Amino acid sequence: MTEISTLNDFAVQVRRDIVRMVHAVQSGHPGGSLGCTEFATVLYNDILKHNPKEWDMDGKEQDLFFLSNGHISPLWYSVLARTGYFPITELATFRKLNSRLQGHPTTHEGLPGVRISSGSLGQGLSAGIGAALSKKLNNDDHLVFVLMGDGELQEGQVWEAAMFAAGNKVDNLIATIDVNGQQIDGSTNDVLNMGDLKAKWEAFGWQVLSMKGNDLEEVRATLLKAKTQTGLGKPILILMETIMGHGVDFMMAGHKWHGIAPNDEQLVDALKQNQSTLGDY
Amino acid sequence: MKKYTFSEKKDTRSGFGAGLIEAGRKNENIVALCADLTGSLKMDAFAKEFPARFIQVGIAEANMMGIAAGLTIGGKIPFTGTFANFSTGRVYDQIRQSIAYSDKNVKICASHAGLTLGEDGATHQILEDIGLMKMLPGMTVINPCDFNQTKAATLAIAEHHGPVYLRFGRPAVPNFTPADQKFEIGKAVMLNEGTDVTIIATGHLVWKAIEAGEQLEAMGISAEIINIHTIKPIDEKAILDSLKKTGCVVTAEEHNRIGGLGDAVAQVLALHFPSPQEYVAVNDSFGESGTPEQLMKKYGLEASNIVEAVQKVMARKRVLA
Ligand SMILES: Cc1ncc(C[n+]2csc(CCOP(=O)(O)OP(=O)(O)O)c2C)c(N)n1
Ligand SMILES: [Mg+2]
Repeated sequence: MTEISTLNDFAVQVRRDIVRMVHAVQSGHPGGSLGCTEFATVLYNDILKHNPKEWDMDGKEQDLFFLSNGHISPLWYSVLARTGYFPITELATFRKLNSRLQGHPTTHEGLPGVRISSGSLGQGLSAGIGAALSKKLNNDDHLVFVLMGDGELQEGQVWEAAMFAAGNKVDNLIATIDVNGQQIDGSTNDVLNMGDLKAKWEAFGWQVLSMKGNDLEEVRATLLKAKTQTGLGKPILILMETIMGHGVDFMMAGHKWHGIAPNDEQLVDALKQNQSTLGDY
Repeated sequence: MKKYTFSEKKDTRSGFGAGLIEAGRKNENIVALCADLTGSLKMDAFAKEFPARFIQVGIAEANMMGIAAGLTIGGKIPFTGTFANFSTGRVYDQIRQSIAYSDKNVKICASHAGLTLGEDGATHQILEDIGLMKMLPGMTVINPCDFNQTKAATLAIAEHHGPVYLRFGRPAVPNFTPADQKFEIGKAVMLNEGTDVTIIATGHLVWKAIEAGEQLEAMGISAEIINIHTIKPIDEKAILDSLKKTGCVVTAEEHNRIGGLGDAVAQVLALHFPSPQEYVAVNDSFGESGTPEQLMKKYGLEASNIVEAVQKVMARKRVLA
């Protein structure tokens, strides 16, 4: 296991990457990206059994990760680059013409680490289930991880998938929901109150855990615990409480920073709060 | 060439927002639904003025289409709002069964159509929506060209009974249609009379067609320019009258070359007056991230592409003659 201080350095550098990438093209989604930074940091450094250098689409004998809330691509790209999937210099091409780092993740340009397009919300859990079933058919005992947004849960397909995974005992699957309580038009409670998520997922037949998603130690402990609960006949769901925009104080304010870019001054402020640890791209 | 000027550039989605609120003031049966994109669709003013008639459904487009269909039972006129890909492909069967086949008076209003939404990339840039929607029996398909025309179209569809797909976009584009020009569903707008070639354009490509017309005039080519804002039902008479005069046509649209305006025009011509035609459209591919300007250039949707297509189609006309 990695030292927490080392993980923290990684997370801080990822935050810098996120705000710099979004600032450079004045578009993209910093809020959800920053809020899920600790999760992706822990997942890629300490949880996933994976082989970045020899990435291939099938990912046999490896754990797989699917990002269903594809708009938080800046986070994913930064973590993929900094764990060795592609050169960090490529982060400078985010959202630019002829880039592999499309606004929303895609397989179209062949970016290592990405196994399916996402961006149209609500589809990632189904894909994760399919990949998990494929592993079972292949007698591959590795795991499939999925991350979704909480607003994303309003899509009906998520609940079709939830019902299927429990009904079919897809127990090599760990799905996490970014419960930041925010989406585009406002707080999730104001846009469409989803009630008691824990009770809902339990009623659908999932094993439900929860964690504070901006605490590296708690994220790691919970993901490790989730792993011990796989293979027991139930899919696993982690309700991850986060703060949208975490780590940049002025972005930690409701839903405002879901999908807007910082200006020059705000960039300087954000970077001052997150001093370089591993070197900028 | 008739001179076209504009005092400002405005986004067509704001034309929709302005039309929606005016339609709402005129007719209290108008209700609006949105799936967590109120600001992007410019529906916030309507939501504020008519909170009881604004329905926030959350990120649930299929549910939105079903609720809209149900609202018509009892006399409401629902306007749904989300991005064009989530207004069509995402919910095609809900539209097909509950709206089109059931003949419900729902107005499907779709922003961020085509490449010009820019950096979000191909997941959000639908180039197939005109084709999908025009294949549905009974569906009216409208793609206005600027702010004023989108506003007028929004008011016109409120008065029209039947399902409508209204397509508009994100970027600011020249607003040159006179504010008082009446919008007639199914009736093409003649922008410039000419004799050598017909250019038929829709949506954001209409202004590019005007620019192309100016360049062609400087080259001594007289272009007839027609704005087809209603792709279905298409104005056959306007197309045939023009082609009988010019004998060749270039169609221009921010859409896949398969299934869009070009094919609609080609069908009219194949049946009634076969003529050489060139397409300015996306060549059967997905889009990608980039600025709107970069994308229009890379995917061949510039005024210069129209000019080239005109030269090509006129050469084909000469060979035939
Ligand atoms: C099917 C679909 N509908 C609408 C959108 C537009 N959209 C992008 S992100 C978003 C809000 C997502 O909320 P949440 O999942 O909570 O993510 P967060 O804002 O917390 O990052 C919406 C509505 C989309 N991408 N896909
Ligand atoms: Mg959220």
